[in-house]
Amino acid sequence: MSAWRRPARALLLLGLAAALGCRIDATDTGAVRFWAMGREGEEVQQLVLEFERRHPDIHVRVQQIPWGAAHEKLLTADVGGAMPDVFQAGNTWLPELVALGALEPLDERLARWPAIDRDDYFPGIVDTNVVDGATWAVPWYVDTRVLFYRSDLLAEAGYPEPPRTWTAWTDAMLRVKERVGPERYAILLPLREWQPPVILALQRGASLLRDGARYGDFQSPPVRAAFEFYLDLFRRGLAPRAGDTALANLYQDFARGYFSLYISGPWNIGEFARRLPADLADRWTTAPLPAPGDGYPGVSLAGGASLAVSRGSDRKDAAWKLVEFLSQPAQQVRFYRLTGDLPARKAAWADEGLPRDRRAHAFWIQLQSVQSTPKIPEWERIAAKISQYAEAAIRGTMTIDQALAGLDRDVDNVLEKRRWLMRAAGR
Amino acid sequence: MGRGRINPAWGFVGPALLAIGAFFFVPVAASLLLSFTDFDVYAVARPDRLRFVALGNYARLLGEPRFWTALGNTAYFVVVGGPLSVGVSLGAALLLEAKLARWKGFFRTVFFLPVVTTLVAVAVVWRYLYHPRHGLLNLLLGLAGIHPIDWLGDPRWAMPAIILLAVWKNFGFNMVIFIAGLQSIPERLYEAARLDGASAWQQFRRVTLPMLAPTFLFVAVVTMIGYFQLFAEPYVMTQGGPANSTLSVVLLMYEEGFRWWNMGYGAAVAFVLFAIILSLTLAERGLRRLQPGAR
Repeated sequence: MSAWRRPARALLLLGLAAALGCRIDATDTGAVRFWAMGREGEEVQQLVLEFERRHPDIHVRVQQIPWGAAHEKLLTADVGGAMPDVFQAGNTWLPELVALGALEPLDERLARWPAIDRDDYFPGIVDTNVVDGATWAVPWYVDTRVLFYRSDLLAEAGYPEPPRTWTAWTDAMLRVKERVGPERYAILLPLREWQPPVILALQRGASLLRDGARYGDFQSPPVRAAFEFYLDLFRRGLAPRAGDTALANLYQDFARGYFSLYISGPWNIGEFARRLPADLADRWTTAPLPAPGDGYPGVSLAGGASLAVSRGSDRKDAAWKLVEFLSQPAQQVRFYRLTGDLPARKAAWADEGLPRDRRAHAFWIQLQSVQSTPKIPEWERIAAKISQYAEAAIRGTMTIDQALAGLDRDVDNVLEKRRWLMRAAGR
Repeated sequence: MGRGRINPAWGFVGPALLAIGAFFFVPVAASLLLSFTDFDVYAVARPDRLRFVALGNYARLLGEPRFWTALGNTAYFVVVGGPLSVGVSLGAALLLEAKLARWKGFFRTVFFLPVVTTLVAVAVVWRYLYHPRHGLLNLLLGLAGIHPIDWLGDPRWAMPAIILLAVWKNFGFNMVIFIAGLQSIPERLYEAARLDGASAWQQFRRVTLPMLAPTFLFVAVVTMIGYFQLFAEPYVMTQGGPANSTLSVVLLMYEEGFRWWNMGYGAAVAFVLFAIILSLTLAERGLRRLQPGAR
């Protein structure tokens, strides 16, 4: 008896599940599908509840996507025709999604916003969402890189105030290094990170690519000057020649004074506060990046995540309402409290008193001068090449000239398809 | 058998053939075609942005220094890591099959354990062992008076570190196969050898090794093929660094294909690797034919 009963029961269950599945789909045809990543995807559910209360006719289904898989999943979803109606996207992914034709241009909808709302964003961040002259997304939260440093060690070295120029910066690092000895360093610049050399190059006014991003422009004087400065930090022993494998625990090493300065983003405000020993709580802080000459602060990278609407969606209006809702200063404040992600709206910063917060202040200043990396789909690949050649130069397997020439050659190869497409489009 | 009558065997092998065809041969053929195009992120949405480049990908690949670096690293891993792994496996098998060995089942399990452990978990632990300042390995070297080595951060030491990890992780599998091989050698051969006055070394050289020859070939081929596909170890430990010193061919393929979405170029890397492995496997079979006593 029971021998046939079990499969029968399984079949019954399967049938039931199938029927239920159909029912879920049937009731959900009106739902707006919203993909959000990692922790943001978890916390945004609470905001979505409020949105649904205010818009009883719109049902939102939030799907949480892990950060590590998000980029790939968006690409495959686009190919498979399974894109959500609205989604969170790292703003460096936008050029690629634009090339895929996956995004709905938002200029017309944004034009209906009052000017006061449109001007409430950091211009450098908004710029990352503009590709080929159209706006493709609305900033959700922002992110850039500033200097995290041990205020006690810098003060001992004669810098109670953070350095404002490259010259002062170098001097401060030399003095720190002198005090900490050969086993410890002034600054940590993990070899895998392309951001530090790129930030330095942008600060010198480099464009990185030339002729409408058709060719690499790494042998130009500004990039060279930035690379000289960057390599010098390793040559003079101010930064360890260490990849991420040599770092067992960033926070422990920072606490022990293995390094005193570190270029990092807003996520580390929370992490440092949580993970550093209690006696260190008042011995570290943040500062905007020094500038090569006058004009403090020097520019940093425009990062963060934006909200975008799929071109293929048939619920664009409802999706847009969700984007507008999440962009309201009150929701931005709530979201900041839930996640610690820095709000994209300046009004939300003011409401939270963030510009005056000791450690958020540096970000407030820095966000006024941020710049985006070249907005082309190939950028991530070029960035990987930059760290690869920078590493070769740091290790001395290449001279700076060989590295920059090799970089230009490789980047020109990477951009070959882009040149062909631009020629074909008659641009 | 009359015309129009289908051999009933097809009915039995049909489903399996269909599955293999649909999920193996079709994708392989498709990726071969892909390797003659420049399929990339631009071409995903717009087929008109796809170009047929014939052997262009292969030509570019052979002209790229990074590919040769990757091939060199992979060859280093196979040439050093392969024999080392086989040697350690054989040694462990001999020890476990020795007359004096106790607790055989226990040690067999312990030695086999790394094989079934998740590599990512293993990598986390080994990264701590290899840590230049706080690692156990450098601590032990320090006791012996040897200067600390930046195992995963120094381009000279990164590959040896990967090899060490890979050998430790994989030797248990080959060890089990060698044990099976050793157990199938009839005891009477050893008895006869002993009666003839053969020493332990002579027994090993004249009885054990020749009797293990087929096992050896199998282990060598499988290990070589597996080691050529080096990917997971550098992927989780070093991401190909430092300075590309642990970049393997498969890691290069993964980067091109799945990180940068250059599917065409990535497919070309895969087929070059396939050609290399195939020719080496055929060469190994050829070697076996040259062996005296083989048919």
